[in-house]
Parts: sequence; C-alpha cells; structure tokens
Amino acid sequence: MARRYDTRTTIFSPEGRLYQVEYAMEAIGHAGTCLGILAADGIILAAEKKNTNVLLDDENAFSDKIYKLHDDMVCSVAGITSDANVLTNHLRLMAQRYLLRYGEPMPCEQLVTLLCDVKQAYTQYGGKRPFGVSILYMGWDKHYGFQLYQSDPSGNYGGWKATCIGNNSNAAISMLKQEYKEVVTLEEAKALVVKILSKTLDTAKLSPEKLEIATLTREKDRTKMTSLKQGEIQALINEHDRLEKEEEARKKREAESKVAGSS
Amino acid sequence: MECLIGIRFNDYVLLAADTVDARSIVVMNHDEEKFCKVSDQVMMAVCGEAGHTDNFSEYIQKNVKLYKMRYTYELSPQATAHFTRRTMAEYLRSSTPYNCNLIVGGYDNVGNKAELFFIDYLASISELPYCAHGYGGYFVLSTMDAHYKPDLPLEEGIKLLKLCIQEIGKRFLVNLPLYKVKLINKDGIQDLPTIQGADLVKYQVRPIGGDASAAPMEIGRA
Repeated sequence: MARRYDTRTTIFSPEGRLYQVEYAMEAIGHAGTCLGILAADGIILAAEKKNTNVLLDDENAFSDKIYKLHDDMVCSVAGITSDANVLTNHLRLMAQRYLLRYGEPMPCEQLVTLLCDVKQAYTQYGGKRPFGVSILYMGWDKHYGFQLYQSDPSGNYGGWKATCIGNNSNAAISMLKQEYKEVVTLEEAKALVVKILSKTLDTAKLSPEKLEIATLTREKDRTKMTSLKQGEIQALINEHDRLEKEEEARKKREAESKVAGSS
Repeated sequence: MECLIGIRFNDYVLLAADTVDARSIVVMNHDEEKFCKVSDQVMMAVCGEAGHTDNFSEYIQKNVKLYKMRYTYELSPQATAHFTRRTMAEYLRSSTPYNCNLIVGGYDNVGNKAELFFIDYLASISELPYCAHGYGGYFVLSTMDAHYKPDLPLEEGIKLLKLCIQEIGKRFLVNLPLYKVKLINKDGIQDLPTIQGADLVKYQVRPIGGDASAAPMEIGRA
C-alpha cells in the first residue's frame, strides 16, 4: 500500500500522510542522541557521538555534532550528517544576513523559523527529498533570554524547557518529565544530562569520548559558549557513578533492614 | 537650506525640524511636516529632495511595521537606524538612489537608553549626542559644543534647543521661521510646542547719524 504513495515526497497517502517525511523522522530515530536542558542561568546541549573509531583522525575537528551558529546561538544535530552540514551552512548564512541588515544578532526564534521554512519547502516542492535532520538549538536573545528549540524534517518546531532527539529520545523525554524541576541551575542541569544519558544510551558505560557537551552562559553582557573538555565530562560521569553507588547502597540497606525487621 | 536638529540626553531625545518647503527661491509651504513616525519608540526627521523624503521614510516605516507584525516585538532604535542606513546604501548603488538626509531618534525600551543617529544621503551613519543637517549645522554645533550636557532635564534641554534656533535666526541668511519639535522618551513620542525662530532674536540697530555712544534701539522681528 505504502509503495504507491511514497515514491514522491509531495504526495499524500489516502490516510493523509506523507510517507517520505515520516521515513525521514524514522532515520533520526537511529541517529546519535541529542539532549538539551534549559536552566535559569544558562543552557546545556549534549550529543552522543556514534562513530568513535580509534583510526578516525578528528584531532583538528572541534566537533561533529555541535555547531556554533552565531555569537548567541549553538545547535546540535541528529540525523544524516551530510544533510546537517547543508542546514548548518544555511543557518549561519541566515544569521549573518540578519546581522548585516539590522546590525544586531538574530533573535533565536526567527532563525529557527527561517530554517523551518527551508525544511518545509523540501516536503512540498517536487523532485526533492526532505532533510533527514532534527536540530536542537540553544540560544540567547534580548527579547526572551535563554531559549531551547527543536525542529524536525517536516518543518515543525517548538520551544522547550528540556527535550531530546535521536536514538531512544522517547525514553529520555519521559525521564526528563519526571526529573525536570522548574528552576534548575546549570550545574544541576549538567548532572541531569549525564544521569539521563547514562540510562538511555545503548552503551553499558558512559565514556567521555562518546559525548559532546556544550553550555551557553552570559558573562559581562556577552553570550559565552563553552565546550566541556574530556576531563570535565569524565568528572561529571564519575560524580554520577558515585551518587548512583550511594543510592544503590542505600536501597540495599533499606531492603536488608526490612528483611531483618520482618523475620 | 533646510534644517534638522537632534539632541540626545540621558533619558530623552529632542528632534526639531524647520517647516519650510521651498522650490528654488520660492517658499511653497510654511507648514511642512518633516517627521516620520517609524514605530512607537522611534522617530525620524527627513530632509532633502522633495518626494524622495516621503518615499524613503515611508518605505522604512512600513518595513519596520511589517517586522513588528511578523515577530510581535519591535525593532530597536539602533537596529532601525542600521536598517535605514543599509537600505539607503543599497539604493545609492542602484539606478534610483534616494537623495535625503535623516536624523533617527529613539528610546530603547529593552536597553533603557535614548539614542540618536545621524544618517546622510551617502548612507554614512554616526551615533551622536547632538547633530544637525543643513546649513543650520554651522551655527548649531558650536552652540551645542558650548552648552550641551547629557544630564540636562527637559526644560533645560528645550532651552538649549531654543538657543540653537535663535543662533540660526540671527546668523543664517535664509529665513526659517518655524520649527516643529518632537520629544522621544520611555513613554513614546510626544509633540512639543512649535518654536518660532524669529521671535527669539532681538536685533539691535543704531540710529542714523546718532551718537555712537548712545544705547542702540531694539527692534523685534515679528
């Protein structure tokens, strides 16, 4: 049934669905996880690196999942990397065009909207395939302060307090729902990121080589992007492991005391 | 021949523009409006080629309105001025350049400060405490150099503006009798009473053949 309606991106199926767009979303489900959390004093983005090969020469590359878009904005991508490169190039161009025109950095939502217009066009005009990329954006602007956005291949977007895209994102989002408190500091958000990734990533044990973490803060009226160094990520993981062990030990004690009490 | 004056103080901006519309040596209108309200917080004074002034300022005004409709928040005065300059520069390099000079005054509600920008027909821009377009600038700037202080209260600011206009009335060959005045502060844009340039000047003439040491007669120019 599906075959008749998914040869072209622009044709609706009888149930009113666009299969190619749905497949594009499917592709993102297999990509490395990206997680973003909005805190009171900043934002954090974390991304899982999928292909970590010892032979890979990435010493010169700053990052392959997290990109700086302009002075006040950073994004992380999940999906087909080559598609993502095209889109980040678009994003950077649009941000610079705005700067040229108005002499001010582009407000976050405007940039997201403009890119979504591009993404949407690829689901409507013929002979094209949608971009197989979801993007998490973190940014600051003078109108609304720190903001976190997410966009998908259909061209839909939304603002979030915390969200996740990519592999196992549903599990991560339901965890975020439980764990996210209204007011978090950036430090608490860092711990939360590690906690959630350690439970949702396929790997049994988190390692700094597999993670990329960046934060956005404001210092002296400027937005500052910081990429966490491997050592810092390792420290976060260690701290998480310590808390986890304590928690386990506590549970064990409780269980033992219960057993002792009942006997 | 026209004259636009802008003065920026700590929490407000004063804009003044003469009201003369002249073709060659003939005054066509004594009640010309040379202001364009760009947004709730930004006012533009425009002079230059007739027609160009209206067309260009309206183009900027409508684009700034469109921006507000699209994004709900307004363009800041600084961004408005930058956009104006950029647009002017683009037209300058086309086959249909605009020939007009502008002063953009505004109050930034986000950054909480008053701002004043000077833009000329060659699309240069400067952020200044005070500025003037036209021949009036020759007389106004020296007056302002001597008396301007950024923290003057409104009454003092208006006095300074009157002093400038008086200087133009006294020293400038061309007759510019009326100045419309706008005030821009955190509450938005307000009209201030029109200043009559000629009223401020007292001319002193010695009687013919009179004693050189005698007190000069004072003649007001109505």
